[in-house]
Amino acid sequence: MSAAVDAAARAPVVEIRHVAKHYVRGGQIVPVLTDISLDIAAGEFMALMGPSGSGKSTLLNLIAGIDKPTAGSLRVDGVEIAALDEGELADWRARNIGFIFQFYNLMPVLTALENVELPLLLTRLGAQDRRERAEAALAMVGLADRVDHYPSELSGGQQQRVAIARAIITDPTLVVADEPTGDLDRKSADDVLALLDRLNGELGKTIIMVTHDANSAARARRVVNLEKGELRAETVPAAA
Amino acid sequence: METLKLIFRNTLRHKLRTGLTLLGLVVAILSFGLLQTVVDAWYAGAEGAAPNRLITRNAISLVFPLPVHYRDKIRGVEGVKAVAGANWFGGVYQDVKNFFPQFAVEPGYFAIYPEYRIKNDELRAFERDRKGAIVGRKLAETYGFKIGDTVPIRGQIYPGNWEFTVQGIYDGAEAKTDTSQFFFHWDYLNETLKKRFPTRASQFGVFVVQVANADDAAAVSVAIDKQFRNSTAETLTETEKAFQIGFVKQTEALLIAIRIVSYVVIVIILAVMANTMAMTARERMGEYATLKALGFGPGFVSTLIYGESLAIALGGTVLGIALTFPIADWFGRKMGTLFPVFEVGNGTVMLQAACALAVGVIAAMLPARRAATVRIVDGLRAIG
Repeated sequence: MSAAVDAAARAPVVEIRHVAKHYVRGGQIVPVLTDISLDIAAGEFMALMGPSGSGKSTLLNLIAGIDKPTAGSLRVDGVEIAALDEGELADWRARNIGFIFQFYNLMPVLTALENVELPLLLTRLGAQDRRERAEAALAMVGLADRVDHYPSELSGGQQQRVAIARAIITDPTLVVADEPTGDLDRKSADDVLALLDRLNGELGKTIIMVTHDANSAARARRVVNLEKGELRAETVPAAA
Repeated sequence: METLKLIFRNTLRHKLRTGLTLLGLVVAILSFGLLQTVVDAWYAGAEGAAPNRLITRNAISLVFPLPVHYRDKIRGVEGVKAVAGANWFGGVYQDVKNFFPQFAVEPGYFAIYPEYRIKNDELRAFERDRKGAIVGRKLAETYGFKIGDTVPIRGQIYPGNWEFTVQGIYDGAEAKTDTSQFFFHWDYLNETLKKRFPTRASQFGVFVVQVANADDAAAVSVAIDKQFRNSTAETLTETEKAFQIGFVKQTEALLIAIRIVSYVVIVIILAVMANTMAMTARERMGEYATLKALGFGPGFVSTLIYGESLAIALGGTVLGIALTFPIADWFGRKMGTLFPVFEVGNGTVMLQAACALAVGVIAAMLPARRAATVRIVDGLRAIG
């Protein structure tokens, strides 16, 4: 039985039902997502694909709780996140979501270690525990020798690995990655994808990755295609 | 602690920008402090006034004198402890630029001003020497006067070349005591006037009246003026403080202008600081959005911006205030005896700190609000 089938057999950690999202621009309603229903199982590595403007990043933002749907239900680990207010949502994100951004979004004035430690400031962990965990996370992404380096002293691939360490430091329910290889060369991109693959395969992390790159999507266990705000074909890459 | 570290590092992130803003703030706080000190210096005479001293002058104007015999009538008023006449001499020492107040006074004058600290032997030497003079410490230091020196003064109100011998140097009991004055014997002036300008002799410009009880000052004032009602030279008696403020009032428009300028300086630096913080926050909107995505609340990003603004304001305040003292001291010395007292007051320091705090808070208000309320998805679009 393949990993994708295994994942599908597990209870969904993300349940999306009839979700729609539109923006108002210049007095006009611009629909971005239309009637999206989707389940994502715990431990899945899913790629959201689609052309520019298809709504894949918007869907990822909704799942990650940094945007709210216009209509529909969006449950993550049993919590209806659309019903949370801003403060509750911030707490929820801190506990449940690990973010990986296209441009890494590291704090330039903090070292690699301090960047990874950042989400732990929202926990009750002491300084020593935070440091030990951050060091372990950096070791896991292969940057144990770069703890005191600032982002400007790291390559793009290394910065993205720091961002991945930051994303997993709190052991979140979901890791969301928006074009994580979009700003990297092929070699660095492969390294990052291999790392995500490891997180999913070895640690069982649920990963949702937005990409428009077919090579990147091929590393996922499941690929969901979006077009003009609607779900299209769903595929299971051959590698999975 | 981690928040403070982040604020500190953010503050030093653009060293040139922070440095220039800090420099502007230092100059503004310093200028504000100096201008406030100038205003305070103007009021120093009034601040140094004693509540138990009254000044009696001609009711029409200070330029009109009072007859010498008024002294005894004033002394007879109930509640009066001592009286001493004085005349403004208004002479020039070497050059008109060398301004300092000169008064011809009666011997009892110094007993009414206990804040003028004179050694007994110097006071006795002064009393013995008809041409003797007592000068303040600041005046002596400014012009290098020493005991025994002869000081030539060219009379303006009382024409002629006058010579005085310094017999004593007085110190102030407090920092606010005026030690830039020059006193000599009224008798010397009067005797000379009797010979040269007899019609101007035997007159005083003012009488300084010491009352036994400061609480009776108002009643004694009324009683003195009542004595001379319907006379050829009616009097106006007021407290020493009111008398001094009357002088300051003559230049009140100038003082108001100086005060306004001092606050305009603060408003200008507020605009500069607000611009710096707006630029800073705009550049970092993506970072604030990232922090919010990670779970940090709007309060945290606001704290970062307020913290950075206040850190710059604090740096500017400390440096600005620290520089105010030596520069005010230098400025006061350069001004010589123009400002008898030129001291940076505690009130000025507190105002400087309050202004800097206000600048720090107000400059951060809009950027902090924007960063706190920006939608995460909009903030993240700022990156890339």
